[in-house]
Amino acid sequence: MMPRQPLTITGGQILSGDGPPAPGAIRCERDRIVAVGDLSAQDGDRTLDAKGKIVMPGIIDLGVFEIDKPAFHFGGITRAALMPDQPPPLDYPARVRFAASYGKPDFWVHPIAAATRGLKGEELPELALMQEAGARAVSSGRQWIADSGTMFRVLQYAAMLGLPFISHAEDAGLAGDAVATQGEIATRQGLPSAPSEAETLAIMRDLTLAEIAGAHLHIRQVTTKGGLDLVRKAKARGVNVTCGVTPAHFMLSDVATAGFLTFTRLSPPLRSEDDRKAVREALADGTIDVVASGHDPRGPEDKRLPFADAAPGMAGAETLLPLTLSLVRDGVIDMARMAQLLCVNPARILGVEAGRLVEGYEADIAVIDADRPWIVDSDRMAAQAGNTPFDKQPVQGRAIALFKGGMEIED
Amino acid sequence: MTATPTSSSRSYPAGGEAFPHKDLIGIAPLAPWQILYLLDEAEQWVKLNRSPLKHNDALAGLTIINAFFENSTRTLLSFEIAGKRLGADVVNMHAATSSVKKGETLIDTATTLNAMRADAIVIRHASSGATQLIADKVACPVLNAGDGQHEHPTQALLDALTLRDWLRSGACPVAKEEFVGLKIVICGDIRHSRVARSNILLLTALGAEVRVCAPPALMPYDIERMRVTPFTDFNQAIDGVDVVMMLRIQMERMSGPFIPSAREYRHLFGLTPERLKLAAPHALVMHPGPMNRGVEIDSSVADMLERSAITRQVEMGVALRMACLDVLTRRVRGVEGWGAPL
Repeated sequence: MMPRQPLTITGGQILSGDGPPAPGAIRCERDRIVAVGDLSAQDGDRTLDAKGKIVMPGIIDLGVFEIDKPAFHFGGITRAALMPDQPPPLDYPARVRFAASYGKPDFWVHPIAAATRGLKGEELPELALMQEAGARAVSSGRQWIADSGTMFRVLQYAAMLGLPFISHAEDAGLAGDAVATQGEIATRQGLPSAPSEAETLAIMRDLTLAEIAGAHLHIRQVTTKGGLDLVRKAKARGVNVTCGVTPAHFMLSDVATAGFLTFTRLSPPLRSEDDRKAVREALADGTIDVVASGHDPRGPEDKRLPFADAAPGMAGAETLLPLTLSLVRDGVIDMARMAQLLCVNPARILGVEAGRLVEGYEADIAVIDADRPWIVDSDRMAAQAGNTPFDKQPVQGRAIALFKGGMEIED
Repeated sequence: MTATPTSSSRSYPAGGEAFPHKDLIGIAPLAPWQILYLLDEAEQWVKLNRSPLKHNDALAGLTIINAFFENSTRTLLSFEIAGKRLGADVVNMHAATSSVKKGETLIDTATTLNAMRADAIVIRHASSGATQLIADKVACPVLNAGDGQHEHPTQALLDALTLRDWLRSGACPVAKEEFVGLKIVICGDIRHSRVARSNILLLTALGAEVRVCAPPALMPYDIERMRVTPFTDFNQAIDGVDVVMMLRIQMERMSGPFIPSAREYRHLFGLTPERLKLAAPHALVMHPGPMNRGVEIDSSVADMLERSAITRQVEMGVALRMACLDVLTRRVRGVEGWGAPL
C-alpha cells in the first residue's frame, strides 16, 4: 500500500469524547491519531478545514444485523458490532473470524458470538475460541434464553472470559406471538399484543442472574419505564449493567403503527407515549449508555406484508446521528453526552481502543455538520433497503467527511 | 322521530358524496350517516330477495372476485349469492386450501387480480391489515370479508340491518327505530374477534350502549377506550340488556391454552335459557355463526323462533352485501352523479 499522507483537520470544534466540544485541531499519521489540541498542519500534510463543523470519533454502532457499508458510511459510522442472528448464526469460530475481517479496511466489524448453538437457547458454543477469532461480546440475539439454568451458565462462562453478555429483554412466554405492545392501538388494530411488562420481567431475571454470575450485562434495548427503573436501581446498587436504545423508541410510540405500517414493526415493539418519555428521561439522567441503530435493512419480501407477518427491524444507520442530534437540540442531552452514547460507551463495552479522539488511537474520525438539513426518503437511501419508520421526515445533521484508520472514505 | 339529521333515511348528500370511499375496509373509517346509508340501500335488496324472481342486472358485465385466503363457507356463499343476484360474474378463489405461502403471494395475488381487471375484489385473510395492503395495490374497490382480528365490516352492517329491522317491528319497547340507548352485550372471544371489533365500532357510533364479556385472557387490553364496558361475569353483563350477541369460540382455544374446557366455558359464558331470563324480557339473541351448540349457546336458545335472530342475520347478510357491491361499483359503472373511480 502507498504510504499515506499525514492528515491535519483544523478549524473545527473537537468533540473528543472527553468533555464538551472545544476549538482545536487533530493530526494523524498513517492509521493513528498523533496529536489533538492546539496544533497546526506540518509541511506535506493534507489539510482539511472543518470551520463551523464538529470533529468527533467515528460512531461505533453497538448491535447491527447487517454489514451495510454504504449506509454506515453515510451515517458517520466506522465500526459496528454485528449481532449473531446471521444465516447461519455466529456460533462457530470460523464464522466469527470471517465476520471480523469482512468490512476491512474501511469498516471494522466486531462480531458478537451466539450465546448458544444455533441461538436455540440450549447448548454452549465455543465461546473462548470465538473470542480468539474476534468476538467482542456474547448475545442471545433477538431472542430470549427461556431456560434460566442455561442463561446462568452462559453468563458464568462469559464472565470467565471477560465478555459482556448482550441481552434481548423480552420474556418469550409472556410475549408469545405478539407484534405490538398491549394497549388501545393494538386492540383497535386487532394485532397480537403483549404487556410491556414482558421487558420488565426479562430484565429482572437477567439482572439477578448476571449479578450472581458476576457477568457484565448489556441490555441492548430498554424501552419501558419499568425496565429503565430496574436498570437505574441496579446501577445505583453497583451492578455491572449497561443498556442501550435505538432512536425509534425515543422518537416514536405505538401510535406510529396505526395503519399497519410495517416499517414500524420492530422488536421490541413500539411502546406507549409514557414509555417514550421515560426513555428520553433515561437518556438525560445517564441510565442509558448507548444509542445504536439496530440496522436491519429489509426489502419488500420481508416488509410488504400484513403487519404481523412482516419481519421486525428497521434500516437505522443513516438516521442514527441526526436523530441523536435532535436530542441535543431538544436539550435532553449535551454534545459531550452524545459522544458518550454513540462512541465512548460502545467502545468501552466492546473493549476496543476506539471511540475517543486521543493520541495513539486509530484515526476513526467523523466530521459532521450538526445543522445540515435533509429529508429521510425511503426510496433513496444508501442502505440495502429503505425500511425506515422516519420516511419523509426532515432531520438535521450529517457526516460530511469520514476517516477510518486515517483513510478517507469516498462516497 | 329523532332530531339527528344524519340518522333519518334519504337525507344524504347527492350522488357519490353519499359514500365517498373506494373500499370497504372497516367500520372505523365510516361516518355514522355513511353506515346508515348502506343500511338504507340494503332495504331494496331485502325486498328483492323475498320476491320469487330474485334477480337484478345492475352489475351485469362486472367481474367480482372472492379471494378467500382463509376458510369460509357462509361468508363466501353470501358474497357469491349477492354478486350473482346483481347479475355480476362471480369467481371464487380459494387460496386457503392450497399451499400458498402467505406474504409475497398476497401482493402477487393482488397484482394478478388487478391485471385480470376485476371490478371488485372481496378478501378474507388471516392477518390483520391484509385487506388494506391489497386495497392499496389494486385499482378496483376492495371489500373486507374479515382480516385477522381487525375488522369484519359486512358482518357488523348486516347485524345492524337485522337489529334495525327488529327495532322497526316494534318488538323492542326501549328504542323504536334508532340505536340510541339500546343496551347490547357481546359475549365470547372478544380478543380474537374481528366481528366484535366491527360491531363495537358500529354500535357505539350509532349511540348504543355496548357491554363486552369474556374471560380475562380473551378480553383485549384497553377495550374500554373503544367506549364499551367490560365484564367478566356474564350474569352481570347480561342483566337487563335488549340484545345478546354471542360470538363463536374457537375449539382449539378451549382445550387448555385459554379456557380449561368447553364444559367450563358453557358454565361461565354460555347462553342458557336460565341466563337469557336475566336479559330484558324482549331481548333479541344474535350469533354470527357458525355456532358451537351447547358451548357458547344452547340449542334451545338458538332455535327460539320469537327471540333468535340468527337465521334473519343470514338473510340480511345477502341483502347487505348486495348493497355494498352495488354502492362500491357505482363509480366503475358510471352511475350518474358518482363521478370517476376514486
